[in-house]
Amino acid sequence: MNKKQKKVLYRIIAAALMMIVLLLLPLEEKSILRFILFLLPYFTIGYDILRKAFKGIMNKQVFDENFLMAVATVGAMALGEYTEGVAVMLFYQIGELFQSYAVGKSRRNISALMDIRPDFANVMIDGVVTKVDPDEVEVGSEIIVQPGEKIPIDGVVVDGTSTLDTAALTGESVPRSVKPSDEVISGCINMSGVIKVKTTKEFGESTASKILDLVENASSKKSKPENFISKFARIYTPVVCYAAVGLALLPPVVSLIIGLEPRWGQWVYRALTFLVISCPCALVISIPLTFFAGIGGASKEGVLVKGSNYLDMLSKAKIAVMDKTGTLTKGVFKVTEIVPVGITKEELLEKTAMAEVYSNHPISKSLKEAYGKPINTSRVSDVEEISGHGIKAIVGDTTVNVGNEKLMANVGVEPATVVAAGTVIHVAFDDKYVGYILISDELKPTSKSAIKAMKQAGIRATVMLTGDSDKVAGIVANDLGLDKVYSQLLPADKVTKVEELLADKNENEQLIFVGDGINDAPVLSRADIGIAMGALGSDAAIEAADVVLMDDDPMKIAKAINIAKKCMRIVYENIYFAIGIKVACLILGAIGIANMWLAIFADVGVMVLAVLNAIRALRVHNV
Amino acid sequence: MKKTYKIDVDCANYANKMEQAAKNTAGVADATVNFMALKMNVEFEEGADVKAVMAEVLANCKKVEDDCEIFI
Repeated sequence: MNKKQKKVLYRIIAAALMMIVLLLLPLEEKSILRFILFLLPYFTIGYDILRKAFKGIMNKQVFDENFLMAVATVGAMALGEYTEGVAVMLFYQIGELFQSYAVGKSRRNISALMDIRPDFANVMIDGVVTKVDPDEVEVGSEIIVQPGEKIPIDGVVVDGTSTLDTAALTGESVPRSVKPSDEVISGCINMSGVIKVKTTKEFGESTASKILDLVENASSKKSKPENFISKFARIYTPVVCYAAVGLALLPPVVSLIIGLEPRWGQWVYRALTFLVISCPCALVISIPLTFFAGIGGASKEGVLVKGSNYLDMLSKAKIAVMDKTGTLTKGVFKVTEIVPVGITKEELLEKTAMAEVYSNHPISKSLKEAYGKPINTSRVSDVEEISGHGIKAIVGDTTVNVGNEKLMANVGVEPATVVAAGTVIHVAFDDKYVGYILISDELKPTSKSAIKAMKQAGIRATVMLTGDSDKVAGIVANDLGLDKVYSQLLPADKVTKVEELLADKNENEQLIFVGDGINDAPVLSRADIGIAMGALGSDAAIEAADVVLMDDDPMKIAKAINIAKKCMRIVYENIYFAIGIKVACLILGAIGIANMWLAIFADVGVMVLAVLNAIRALRVHNV
Repeated sequence: MKKTYKIDVDCANYANKMEQAAKNTAGVADATVNFMALKMNVEFEEGADVKAVMAEVLANCKKVEDDCEIFI
């Protein structure tokens, strides 16, 4: 608790004690002495509210909470309901204190969740290590990161090896190992060894600062429910106040006219009850708090949401459009099958890798990687790249032809027919077909379950867009159980396809596009919600997307949707609950069933419950 | 031009009122108050004198809630 809160707490305790003592004293009902004695706790607890109410009137701000509380309690005192008068003030202050404590606490909780802000950097200057503010470190400086410390600034390792804990950024607990020339990202915790890092960015441009900035400003983009609530609050309070005036005046006047007893006291008391309920605090505090907690909880899981409006939209996601390479597949080519004809697998791979030794094509690289041994280049000669066909080379005393079906036709051999998702490399030794090697982009291990999880999260249609061939795309789509696939698309076609899908959907359905942020920035911004994945260290993706997944696990897509759903469920629970209870109490108050005590519950109790409910949005680990 | 200011206010409803007050100040194109982060983002109209406008914003905010603060 801060100083301000403590002061209020002492005042509450003091006023409560005074009140208990006064209630125990044998004082005469409605005596002057009783009135004066009750003024003691009343002013102790309420003086600042009375003062603010007075100032509010001076500034022509009539319908604020202080004014309402002041009128309600002064009215109650005037009617001789001293206990109620003091109690309303007392509970109002308890409610305010609780609210400010809860909000402060969740503010701290959420900043603790995002505890990636580095406090210092150890800079090497002329061989001496000095601790400085990370803000002061220039690009290209060398910094030392000890085990247990956070990496303060993005950079490249120049010396030392270690493992890094990226959990604070990605929500993943598997540590990453780094060695010299690897890039490291600020916000990770160095776990095992001392590393020397050459910084490549300023502190303000580093990943940790960017993420913090993004999360802290996320709740500035307000969602529909938030805008609804602030509008509602602006209308609700005046309406209830006018209703209170009506309730105080109309029934007695009508009673007078038709010749009945007016019973002013009773109707004024009921009107005062109205005023106590008219405070919109429970709503105005719990809705932004829920979004704030939801965004905080999501960042803890490695899902950065750039605004509460995106949580709202994400919860209504019905169509998921995904890029293939890098999103559903790993985006790296690998030898997945070796099918020799008449020779051994080893021989086929060895000679093929040797023929490809000088090439830097991704396919050649994956062949060499699969071979895994250093290649003795002296055995390779007369390498000839035949564009659009493949490679021809002499390896030892064999002429090796490596390439596609066209090349095989040139050589004069009949290649095997292969149906598989990937690139087929046929090989011929001298003039004999010796088999093929299949190179493909592997599916991510979680892709299939991710599609299933998305369906469970309410996605109606899963669509894959790819620049790859129809054949490859078809096999991948089939494997994953996707609903639709569009293949052989150029980057610009992807935007057109997304626009078609957008035109095709229902109005209240939201379309999400998931990509890896490379080459798909236009699509990311065109979709209702653009989700960039594997964004750790990619600034472009963080800029273009509305939701950023820190690692590249497609399971996080469904997780993000579920977090959004939970958050929105709590938001609506709070809206219905708070408005429902208030309206019910207004009606009960008007017909005289609810007294001021119930009104206090409707005001303070509902607020406390709504705030507690809002904080549930923080716990999203298992959604 | 856009600027962000730290603010201090106790209640979310007052934060909303501050937002309204700031929006209605001459020279302010748009304003949002983020109660949870205790920040106010102000977008100024072109050619506005930031210092004078912010003094006015603060005065207007003080009118709706005496207990608020904007750290200009």
